[in-house]
Amino acid sequence: MQNLQIELLQLLQQDCRLPLEKLAVMLGQTPEAVGAMIDDMEKRGIILRYSPVINWDKTDKERVEAMIEVRVTPQRDEGFDALAKRIYRFDEVKTVYLMSGAYDLLLLVEAHTLKELGYFVSTKLSVLDNVTGTATHFVLKRYKSDGVIFEGDPQDKRLAVNP
Amino acid sequence: MEYSRYWNPAVAAVPKSGIRKFFDIVQTMPGAISLGVGEPDFVTPYHIRNAAIDSILDGETQYTSNWGRISLRREIALYLKNRYHLDYSPENEVLVTIGASEGIDLAMRALLCPGDEVLVPEPSYVSYRPTVVFAGGKAVPICTDASRNFMLTAEQMENAITPKTKALILPYPNNPTGGVLDRATIAQLRDVIVRHDLIVISDEIYSELSYGTEEYVSIASLPGMRERTIYLNGFSKAFAMTGWRIGYTCAPAELMDVMVKIHQFTIMCASTQSQVAAEEALRQGREDDYADVQTMRQSYDHRRRLMYDAFLKMGLTCFEPLGAFYVFPSIAATGLSSEEFCERLLRDKLVACVPGTAFGECGEGHIRCCYATALEQLDIALTRIAEFVQNL
Repeated sequence: MQNLQIELLQLLQQDCRLPLEKLAVMLGQTPEAVGAMIDDMEKRGIILRYSPVINWDKTDKERVEAMIEVRVTPQRDEGFDALAKRIYRFDEVKTVYLMSGAYDLLLLVEAHTLKELGYFVSTKLSVLDNVTGTATHFVLKRYKSDGVIFEGDPQDKRLAVNP
Repeated sequence: MEYSRYWNPAVAAVPKSGIRKFFDIVQTMPGAISLGVGEPDFVTPYHIRNAAIDSILDGETQYTSNWGRISLRREIALYLKNRYHLDYSPENEVLVTIGASEGIDLAMRALLCPGDEVLVPEPSYVSYRPTVVFAGGKAVPICTDASRNFMLTAEQMENAITPKTKALILPYPNNPTGGVLDRATIAQLRDVIVRHDLIVISDEIYSELSYGTEEYVSIASLPGMRERTIYLNGFSKAFAMTGWRIGYTCAPAELMDVMVKIHQFTIMCASTQSQVAAEEALRQGREDDYADVQTMRQSYDHRRRLMYDAFLKMGLTCFEPLGAFYVFPSIAATGLSSEEFCERLLRDKLVACVPGTAFGECGEGHIRCCYATALEQLDIALTRIAEFVQNL
């Protein structure tokens, strides 16, 4: 992958609402060229979605998040993929990783209430064939997510004018 | 008491920094966006800060050698060799200083006798002329301009040389213009310097921040130049370490012998923790190909293009800066002087820039704008400047 594409991705990851014209100036390219690069990366599935980083704690929305470690028995021919697919299809499951180490899958699960989340684990997740164990860790507070610090963002401490 | 009979009239006659004066005005304007800063908008990378904390916890609270820690000097020598093909012995040719600023002062005091002349290309950093005067020398400004990309030319230099000329300050990449020297010009300057048997004080504090396609060349790496160059650099700009006050000076051992005397009797040594932090910056950089520096440089480069483009769109004449983190547009077309422009811009639109005249008389007609500023702030500031220019 070209350096320029990576540079573009890094800029979009910082702020995906930067207008094409501005991205073009920053990268020393034409808006058409940048537009074409973005189209291409969308088609190739490199850019999947443009979404904001949200601090839900500052909203009124009721929401519970948990990290769930899942131990599974991998299946012949399919390894972990088939089971991962069964799990990620649940709407409650926002993120699924295959992990090295003490467990196999790590899920980030979201629900409206504690009860709802407990219900998901006990009736939907644990009962799946080949799931041999789960450990649920509730998220108490998010300090930083996707590189963004949620509270106490550092201020510019520089003097206004200096040589 | 009548103090004027006590103080040194030569020192008293040096005007206060033009920047300082402007700073006092900005202080009275809350909410102003400042493009007047002269330092990175990044904080020092975390691993570097942590190294200093560890060193404090480990009780490294003593003096170091006058020269600085040998482990740091070795890293500096290695860095200069790898990055710029420079050869300095860490034993007796690398001195750790309180920022590159100390190096300027050391060089002047070590070199100058009363009446000696030092060539100072301008516009340039505010300290050169005063330090020459403090050391009893005479600063001879040479006016560079946008038509030659703010480069000092061999011809200009030749014209300014007199039998009393002893040294040249070479301030590139340049603050405030963003000018860099191209290879051809450096080679031509070298010929003049050698022919007239001068010393060069090469202030390369912005060497990591150059954005052109040409590979960066230090004048000290040219044939016959090592022996007549006092090389200054530091960690402030490249590693976002301004507040640590840590830099270094390199020179042939014989020259260094004299400079180190001044350093040892005035400074003793640079702060131990700053030295530890600097060492961490270089050690880690050697391992990850200076990832911190590269990330910051790329971010400056994006904003450099953005600001340069914005000034062109305003209809102002603007030289494309290829170094440091400043744009130095001409505001001559507005009919205002640099100071008037900056003062009115600040009062009307709450945007602070620095008048070009703060960097020498020949900065008149220009303003210095720093693009090491958060993108959102930069956008607002540039929109306000455009409105201001349009309504003049």
